[in-house]
Amino acid sequence: MKFLEKIIHKHEPKFAKGGKLEKWNPVFESFTTLAFTPALVTKKGAHIRDGVDLKRTMMMVILALVPCLLFGIYNTGHWEMVAAEGNRNIPYLADFWTKVGMGLKVVLPLIVVSYASGLIVEFIFGVIKGHSLHEGFLVSGMLIPLIMPADVPLWMVAVATIFAVVIGKEIFGGTGMNIVNVALTARAFLFFAYPTSMSGDNVWMAGKEADVDGFSGATALGDLATFTTEKMTVAGADVVNQTSEAAMEAFNNSYSMLDSFIGMIPGSVGETSVIACLLGAALLLITGVGSLRIMLSFGIGGFLTGLLMNAIGTNPYMDLPAAHHLLIGGFAFGAIFMATDPVTAAQTATGKIIYGFFGGVVAILIRVVNPAYPEGVMLAILFMNVMAPIIDHYVVQSNIKRRLKRLKTA
Amino acid sequence: MSEELNKTKKPSEPLFSKKNKKLVTDPLTDNNPITIQVLGICSALAITVQVEQGLVMSLAVLFVLLFGNITISLLRNLIPSRIRIIVQLVVVASLVIIVDQLLAAFLPDVSEKLSVFVGLIITNCIIMGRFEAFAMGNKVWPSIMDALGNSFGYAWILILVSIIRELFGSGSFFGIPIFGSPLPGEEWGLYTMGYMNNNMMILPPMALIIVGVIIWVQRSRNKELIEEH
Repeated sequence: MKFLEKIIHKHEPKFAKGGKLEKWNPVFESFTTLAFTPALVTKKGAHIRDGVDLKRTMMMVILALVPCLLFGIYNTGHWEMVAAEGNRNIPYLADFWTKVGMGLKVVLPLIVVSYASGLIVEFIFGVIKGHSLHEGFLVSGMLIPLIMPADVPLWMVAVATIFAVVIGKEIFGGTGMNIVNVALTARAFLFFAYPTSMSGDNVWMAGKEADVDGFSGATALGDLATFTTEKMTVAGADVVNQTSEAAMEAFNNSYSMLDSFIGMIPGSVGETSVIACLLGAALLLITGVGSLRIMLSFGIGGFLTGLLMNAIGTNPYMDLPAAHHLLIGGFAFGAIFMATDPVTAAQTATGKIIYGFFGGVVAILIRVVNPAYPEGVMLAILFMNVMAPIIDHYVVQSNIKRRLKRLKTA
Repeated sequence: MSEELNKTKKPSEPLFSKKNKKLVTDPLTDNNPITIQVLGICSALAITVQVEQGLVMSLAVLFVLLFGNITISLLRNLIPSRIRIIVQLVVVASLVIIVDQLLAAFLPDVSEKLSVFVGLIITNCIIMGRFEAFAMGNKVWPSIMDALGNSFGYAWILILVSIIRELFGSGSFFGIPIFGSPLPGEEWGLYTMGYMNNNMMILPPMALIIVGVIIWVQRSRNKELIEEH
């Protein structure tokens, strides 16, 4: 480390104001502060908690994502093997290291492409606008690969990342100014731009699905979406007699609550394991980076909507236990890592609860009521991102009104 | 005072004076009807999927605005100001019907694609805006210049947006395939390498985003366009 520090100090004057390479200061600064605390930290004043650099906060989120990432790598490998053999019944822990290798081969390129394309855009804007590199992308660059289907072509990831950073963030003024979550913007872009590569039965497992009778790469949500149609299928097989009891039983066989909780189901790379998400959530809460209010109210909103759907219960999908809703798809991942994005979420304490609650409600509503979009969490969070400023506005206004009333009566 | 001014007869202005030229050039850039005044957005979003539609729409608006401006400018001293909006509407409506019938007669397929949006030129704010703001108070020649400038300003945005949308949304330009063909079984060009058309380009929101990016570029080039908050 001392060695690195020496090199940096030697070259620093060149990048300082008036130096030969002044123009490239943003690039230089970004790389040096990645390794060392910047010389310029606020000594006193504005901080409420501590003088932690934005980059350190972001690092904490990335650390919290590590369990999801590791589990995601293994899970991707497992389902790739399943797809190659056309057999869903391969023991989950068999051929451990082969699966790790297969998963790495899929996930690592996703991460590299996402970071490379995003950081290039950030560097270009940094040099044009003359500010240092915005750290926000450190987290977005990690989130993007985790919310992609394993089979997505790499060039699409690059296009989506560039789109999300430019249109989702830079156009509004860079990190901290964006209205919608950058990673979800990338996913939503792909979802609408290349629907055949982002949804359906053939994208969730890397590689080509084996041409075996009755084999399908569908996810839990994809199967559930068929429950609202005439032809109910679970994992490629038609449901016996097409009754709702048989459908629910077949569904529970393929994606039991325990499997969904551990994450042994197909899905986007890093979203399947609720345990891994909860580990990340614990780290975020301990370090004070994530908001417990949002996470909890998001879950409660989803759970209550699930109960409401059970009460209506006009098709087999509506009968899915409310708790099971929280375990499948990207619900936990979205609630913990996406909805809590400090920039795009509501800022006031009451606002956070309202924001989270309706996020959960909308997510389940989209899932169950609109089968065209099997997963509603992405759209729900983007929708609530847009609503967050309005929620905050009314929370602040009602607070002012209440206090004014108190003032008048006193 | 005003009588005196009227008596001293002003020398007639040359046809292409600086002022007249500005009437044409201003709406192209710094006073563009779409990107700066943000008028006529709905048609810009709806019909820019293909270059052909964008071009035909631009020509239709050019026709309506040009002849409308001339008519209103000729009638400007005869129109009672109380009912001027109705008179303007009558002028636009008759011109739009002419355009609509012409398109249906000679370009039936384009006319079908544009569907109601030709009829909706009546409600295009650019046209009523120019009538009200310019033709009602100016002579015929400046009104012609104004109509040309505004419809060209409208046209270049429309055509730029539709070029981008057709190129990336359908992989073609004016219906001519640029990137190859995505037809399953007989793919050629980029599509054999896994390239896919961007479906979002076909959806109207993408047009809004492209227009937004044009506005962004325009404002960052000319800081005077940025409003104070």
